[in-house]
Amino acid sequence: MRVPAFDSSIPDVLIAGGGNAALCAAIVAARAGAQVLLVERAPKSYRGGNTRHTRNMRVAHDAANEILTGPYPVAEFWDDLLRVTKGRTNEELAQLTLEQSSELWDFLWAQGVRYQPSLGGTLSLGRTNAFFLGGGRTMLNALYHTAEDLGVAIRYDTTLVDLAIHDGHFEHAVLEHDGQRETVPAQSFIAASGGFEANLEWLIEAWGPAARNFIIRGTPYNRGEVLRLLLDAGVAQVADAKQGHAVAIDGRAPKFDGGIVTRLDCVPFGIVLNNHAERFYDEGEDFWPKRYAIWGRLVADQPDQVGHVIIDEKSIRLFMPSVFDPVTADTIEELATQIGLDPEAVRASIDAFNTACQPGHFDHTTHDDCATEGLTPPKSHWARPIDTPPFYAYTLRPGITFTYLGVQVDRQARMQMANGQPADNLYAAGEIMAGNVLGEGYLAGIGMTIGSVFGRLAGASAAEHRSQR
Amino acid sequence: MNEPDVRDFNLVDLLSAPQTEAARQMRICNACRYCEGLCAVFPAMEQRLTFGGADVDYLSNLCHNCGACYQACQYGPPHEFAINVPQAMADLRQESYERYVWPASFAGLLARNGLWLGIASALATALFLIGLVIWHQPGALFSAYTGPGAFYDLIPHGVLVIIFGLLLGYAVLAMGLSVRRFWLASARIPKLAAGAAGQAIHDAATLKYLDGGGPGCMTEDARPDDKRRFYHHAAAYGFLLCLASTSLATICHYLGSEAPYPVWHPVVILGVVGGVGLIVGPLGLLIGRGWRANARQAQAGSDIGLTFIVMLLATSTSGLALLALRSTPAMGTVLALHLGIVAALFASMPYGKFVHGLHRLATLLRHAHEQRTKMV
Repeated sequence: MRVPAFDSSIPDVLIAGGGNAALCAAIVAARAGAQVLLVERAPKSYRGGNTRHTRNMRVAHDAANEILTGPYPVAEFWDDLLRVTKGRTNEELAQLTLEQSSELWDFLWAQGVRYQPSLGGTLSLGRTNAFFLGGGRTMLNALYHTAEDLGVAIRYDTTLVDLAIHDGHFEHAVLEHDGQRETVPAQSFIAASGGFEANLEWLIEAWGPAARNFIIRGTPYNRGEVLRLLLDAGVAQVADAKQGHAVAIDGRAPKFDGGIVTRLDCVPFGIVLNNHAERFYDEGEDFWPKRYAIWGRLVADQPDQVGHVIIDEKSIRLFMPSVFDPVTADTIEELATQIGLDPEAVRASIDAFNTACQPGHFDHTTHDDCATEGLTPPKSHWARPIDTPPFYAYTLRPGITFTYLGVQVDRQARMQMANGQPADNLYAAGEIMAGNVLGEGYLAGIGMTIGSVFGRLAGASAAEHRSQR
Repeated sequence: MNEPDVRDFNLVDLLSAPQTEAARQMRICNACRYCEGLCAVFPAMEQRLTFGGADVDYLSNLCHNCGACYQACQYGPPHEFAINVPQAMADLRQESYERYVWPASFAGLLARNGLWLGIASALATALFLIGLVIWHQPGALFSAYTGPGAFYDLIPHGVLVIIFGLLLGYAVLAMGLSVRRFWLASARIPKLAAGAAGQAIHDAATLKYLDGGGPGCMTEDARPDDKRRFYHHAAAYGFLLCLASTSLATICHYLGSEAPYPVWHPVVILGVVGGVGLIVGPLGLLIGRGWRANARQAQAGSDIGLTFIVMLLATSTSGLALLALRSTPAMGTVLALHLGIVAALFASMPYGKFVHGLHRLATLLRHAHEQRTKMV
């Protein structure tokens, strides 16, 4: 099929994607003098991919500043990363990410991004994470304004449907807008188009039918088409399709784009039952900010991919307010009926838990001594008998935030081919290559760190590629 | 036998449509909190788990409509959560003026604000004109007057003091009572926290919360600037300077120095500076309304803000015209026009946008108290 060519002059750099990584790349490339065309699949009101839903970025720093409450040296960041990934990380790239993260505060400030102290309920991140004033969308607005002022051409509602890549050399892309296709050549190509978490078919391929019950927390536009095209063109793959960041969220959340408000922070204060009314994991293993990232996977492994948190009146005010009201009843049996579980089985699980609770001094701000004894699985902290009506239940479902399967890159953000050779003019940044650093596990705010670090690297490399010609 | 107790039917708890919408949005915002650093609304929201009518009335008056949260929101339209806090608050704020207005039966004046104010201005001007004509020979109105007491050859000072004293006195009384009703509906504060009053006056006088947490008030393309604050300051302080000028003139009069005053006189200087502010400010606000995001303006009710801006502009332009034409035969007509507009402005104060300043001050006072006494 013949398609008309891009009507203006050939851009030096074509960027697929419109989130943090894409904008950092566009800004750096444009500052280096490159003509940049940025193609965002979403309409303008939904621009920015998952960056829309973010609010902070984890950055290394040697001293507190006017907002960050204390130092967070690269070495400590490194320890945190190794702990959550269990070593599944490319150490060279991970070290590079953490070292360069210390430049991001000033870099983003210079692009118009402003910061604020950590939000209520997230005090644990006040030292390590830079919170954006107004959250991720305000941060994005600032980046878009800077990019526009630098002359970056931006096309919304435009999908990249095909890539012409030969032996690791990018020639052109085919873009589709409003049913019209056109061929756009460029000197180099940056893929910053996110993962495939909104592509249910692909998720089902990886996870099996259980993925049908996953809720996608972010943008419905992250369908992974660019990722698929790149892998089909012979780019090397990193991480596996089952790895990603998934949390347990309110089961009533919208299928897509529910974002932050669908979170539930009540798990440590109650017990979680599956559809057979059985407990399946230690709800009090650690503070919720350190555990929420494993619960998506835990719930995904349960029958029907559902969990039910049950708490009582003692705990209802201990966590951030939920966006939807909990199911409420004056007896356990009535509550069980309302959430569709067998009342006798729920009663039995509650009784077993209540009996196992040892006396202690409840304190939700520390690892207290309220634990169970002789119960499997145990509840290590904050275990108090569920005995004070009214009783409350929330239904949990796995909410997938992003996927790790991606393209392999080097220190310049240049893609690597499956045959072991580096690509010529293909670069990647953000979620599409986050799997290089995050083989598994998650640290709050590190997705944005990877996006900005590799966005800057990709933008600089792509601009450099142009000047070499 | 148990008699039904009327207190069981708590009508206060029945929410209006704008209250329900604001409460719905606050529920979602309270589970998000990304906007915490933008203004006072969100920290105040975080101190609540549920949102009753009085709560959202309070929050709506805390909102300065800077638009930062609208541009920041990941749940703004077309998202199914359809969050637009500035617009929900604008709708509710206007309804809240009606809810607490004194006397309550005058609430309709806010809903048809533009129409009746136009009629009132025209009527007052006509009355002054007719009064002047009847009082004097027809020719006297169109003669040129100069020298001390020239205005008062047309209208005796005592008559002016009585007319405007009564109008202003009523406005102050009505506004005081309506703010009192607003305050009592939502707050039972036996003793204000130390420093709360100073904080509130500071926050109101500087329009602290019109800056979206620092960058400024949002424009249509989400690029913040400080223009709206500048023009609001020009209008508000211009108004106060004009009021100071008039008050000083009254004092001078009783000390034996009669208007018109020479151009170097403080009365004239205050009046001219205030008058220029009262032209520049409302004009800037008027133009700004054109290109500021309509998405967040009030959808319901009449545009009381527009009416108020037009009235302020009419006041300042007619006042400056009077200064310019005071030695010409047109002075009598312009005087009647200016007095008519000012009379209508005074009469409309308790039933128009002017009340937003008092409600805002009361709300900021409560907010300052809450923040100073909150349990951490």
